[in-house]
Amino acid sequence: MPPDQPIISRRGLGRIGAAAATVAAIGAVSSAASTPAQAQASGGTIKVGILHSLSGTMAISETTLKDVMLMLIEEQNAKGGVLGKKLEAVVVDPASNWPLFAEKARQLISVDKCAAVFGCWTSVSRKSVLPVFEELNGILFYPVQYEGQECSRNVFYTGAAPNQQAIPAVDYLMNENKVKRWVLAGTDYVYPRTTNQILEAYLKTKGVAPEDIMVNYTPFGQSDWQNIVASIKKFGAAGKKTAVVSTINGDANVPFYKELGNQGIKATDIPVVAFSVGEEELAGIDTKPLVGHLAAWNYFESVKTNANTRFIEAWKKFTKNPKRTTNDPMEAHVIGFNMWVKGVQKAGTTDSDAVIDAMIGVSVPNLSGGFSAMMPNHHITKPVLIGEIQGDGQFNIVSQTPGLVVAQEWSPYVEDTKDLIGDWRKPLSCGAFNVKTGTCTAGKKA
Amino acid sequence: MVRFVFLIFFSLVMFGAIARADDDPLAGLASGNYDQVAQAVTDLSQSGNPRAATIITALQNSQLYYLPDKTLVIKAADGSYTNAATGEAVTVPPADDDDPDSGPQQVRLNNNVRIAMDAAMGSLQLMDPDPATRLSAAGAVFTAHNPAVISVLDKAIAKETNASVKTAMEQARAAAVLSSDGATEDDKLAAIATLRARGDQDSRGLLQGVANQPGKVGAAATAAVTSIDHILQLWSIAQSVYYGISLGSVLLLAAAGLAITFGVMGVINMAHGEMVMLGAYVTFVVQQFMRAYLPGIYGANLIIAVPLAFLFTGFVGVVIERSLIRWLYGRPLETLLATWGLSLVLQQAVRSIFGPNNRDVDTPAWMSGATQLGGLTLTWNRMYIILFAIIVVAALMAALRFTSLGLRMRAVTQNRRMAAAMGIRTPWIDALTFGLGSGVAGMAGVALSQIDNVSPNLGQGYIIDSFMVVVFGGVGNLWGTTVGALTLGIVNKFLEPIAGAVLGKIVVLVLLILFVQRNPRGMFPLKGRAVET
Repeated sequence: MPPDQPIISRRGLGRIGAAAATVAAIGAVSSAASTPAQAQASGGTIKVGILHSLSGTMAISETTLKDVMLMLIEEQNAKGGVLGKKLEAVVVDPASNWPLFAEKARQLISVDKCAAVFGCWTSVSRKSVLPVFEELNGILFYPVQYEGQECSRNVFYTGAAPNQQAIPAVDYLMNENKVKRWVLAGTDYVYPRTTNQILEAYLKTKGVAPEDIMVNYTPFGQSDWQNIVASIKKFGAAGKKTAVVSTINGDANVPFYKELGNQGIKATDIPVVAFSVGEEELAGIDTKPLVGHLAAWNYFESVKTNANTRFIEAWKKFTKNPKRTTNDPMEAHVIGFNMWVKGVQKAGTTDSDAVIDAMIGVSVPNLSGGFSAMMPNHHITKPVLIGEIQGDGQFNIVSQTPGLVVAQEWSPYVEDTKDLIGDWRKPLSCGAFNVKTGTCTAGKKA
Repeated sequence: MVRFVFLIFFSLVMFGAIARADDDPLAGLASGNYDQVAQAVTDLSQSGNPRAATIITALQNSQLYYLPDKTLVIKAADGSYTNAATGEAVTVPPADDDDPDSGPQQVRLNNNVRIAMDAAMGSLQLMDPDPATRLSAAGAVFTAHNPAVISVLDKAIAKETNASVKTAMEQARAAAVLSSDGATEDDKLAAIATLRARGDQDSRGLLQGVANQPGKVGAAATAAVTSIDHILQLWSIAQSVYYGISLGSVLLLAAAGLAITFGVMGVINMAHGEMVMLGAYVTFVVQQFMRAYLPGIYGANLIIAVPLAFLFTGFVGVVIERSLIRWLYGRPLETLLATWGLSLVLQQAVRSIFGPNNRDVDTPAWMSGATQLGGLTLTWNRMYIILFAIIVVAALMAALRFTSLGLRMRAVTQNRRMAAAMGIRTPWIDALTFGLGSGVAGMAGVALSQIDNVSPNLGQGYIIDSFMVVVFGGVGNLWGTTVGALTLGIVNKFLEPIAGAVLGKIVVLVLLILFVQRNPRGMFPLKGRAVET
């Protein structure tokens, strides 16, 4: 990190301080209130909704998250459940069909009366359920790295915002590999478009000339990369070190990397840093030609901590498959679930409003050896890791931020959102507060 | 690459003190710091240490370890250790269970270390007795273009007898000269001429790097860049044609089966893509089976997979025709819905059996990489797929024209009642025709397993394109399908750089709609009575 980019911005520092105060305050209240609440809550079960596609295109990624949720719920029940009640998982299958996500979400909240829902992968599915959660005042935990520019009272974002993944990765390439020319390649939908918009603005603030940035979008499931790779090669032959920042969606990556290998582009020539390629995606391909290409995440299976070793062991035992990999969104669910359990214990009830208020400031251990805290903007603090792909499909961690990075839900590099902050503590309670004009532009709780 | 030199320089300043302290690059290798390891590799290659090549090779193969006392050891494949500096065998005590740091630690690599290793091995192998090794070494030195190796290159060039290796070395020297600050202007101008003659993208990149220098050097470099750009432009047109043919051959493979089921039989088969997908999964199963039971002939797995995929998907096709499609002849809308439902069933069935994840299908070594033909980069996997597409279509045409089954098929599609009157069992022929189309789709799946993900969704990506090709080419005409596939492929690849991949696809679709509006029966419409029925 360059010196002008502190890990925790001043804005963030204020938030941490405020969060700490909130924790203290809530702690005092909840300890006083906990006894009667627990007494009244005994008996029955607490329902937890799991809203992940088990069929269709996204099943490849989301099935794993359903499994990890079932494991976490089982473990929590073995520890005695929450507030003296057992947890009960309600699994639905939205079948990679975005409108169906909204229907299933409605069912989970109003029919099944789930206390919280863990789900969604693609941004479009999240956007589809968002109005439902806001209307019915439900709670959603969203575990995937995403494009930011959103801050809803009813959603807790446990995945990375762009500054917790994309920007540190770009910084790494800029500092370590002296990259001067950038290809921003992505699949044509909301996450890559927004991320690339932020990255382009960020690169320009770092003095990268517009002609040194090439932006390329491809349709979903692109399988013929021949002339796109050739044009990247051509772009890279301009006498400056070039790197590709890839927001290419999961499946299309494999033919992309194969084409890179076949056209003789190695990681030492033009490194590719990907934000959607994890252990799960690499499990289906021969990674030897990809050695040295990078990925940026907040967690890798190869993280060497006791917490991670225990988690991997439990996961392999739960799935009865010694080859199952773990990945970043799984860790996000682990953190999110533990935070929710703590939040409920603190609130002493599963009532949405009380839990939403109690969640802010909750802090639980993450799997990479630190503690992640829920911030007032409903995002969590995370370390950023950069890993190089190895021949065995795992990542060799080559860089890690020295501390935790606080999420910037509204990007400071985008003109429209640079003055916005989200803060769901009372009395502000606003998802998009403009600090210049002092008004709440969106997401004010009615 | 120029930046890399600066990086080396920078690290030299930063860590020079540590490395200088004992003047031993080997200490840097055991430092556990990537920058120091990269620096140590470069120092080692220039130190004249006779074991330098051995140590760096071990590092490249991830066999280099260091002990807690920072002694470097090389781990052999059988688990024994030798001292890296001396080559003597050493015994390494096993690590404590409680403290994994007490055992040998692998020297880990990152991209900067890999860049340093490639450059170091290049400079060490310039004198290798094998000309092929010298050639690749010259290539590595060219990529690294480190001015420090100019003297080594001069010696190597003086000794070199092989003409092509000598040219490569001279080009490598030219690249290094351009990157050095000390070279004279004449030297640099000669280097620019050498690189201009080489005329590829890498040379262009190097020349571009010095084009902004003042005086003659900058002017010569700018002129050279312009001249290279002209040549590259011509090659890039040829390259686009190749990409187009290769995309066209993939489309052709995917559409050839559909040309039979849709084109000849008139069945709107939405499950066609799933037949392709099943073929790809047959390849996966064949590879798994051969790896477990027939490792001796594993190299032939694709050749064995092709007929098996044909038979399996052909069989599935016959079953589908007998159980589903034959009840729906003459009702295109019901056929469309039924086969679409079937495609979902097949996808979910495969997902339940094999799981939703991509399956790892091996690409044989002879299908990886590329070859250079002038300024053209021809990737092997695409070349073989073009070849395979030609064989499949030729075989299909021959089967329709020269076999008795083909004769009966043509008879049934041209005039069903007359064919029946001649004693042909038309229902049976229908089933076999559908099986043939499905079998061809299965063979396409074997080819696609080499370039695309083997997942339950594989077929979805090809179904729309296949219909486009068949409709464009003219329903019921294999030649039309072939020409249609190649045309769409080439048009797509020429539009892609101009309009972008997304817009390119849309433009192709709009053009196709306009074309079909004017020529509803495609490029090569069938004439005669058969069309009316």
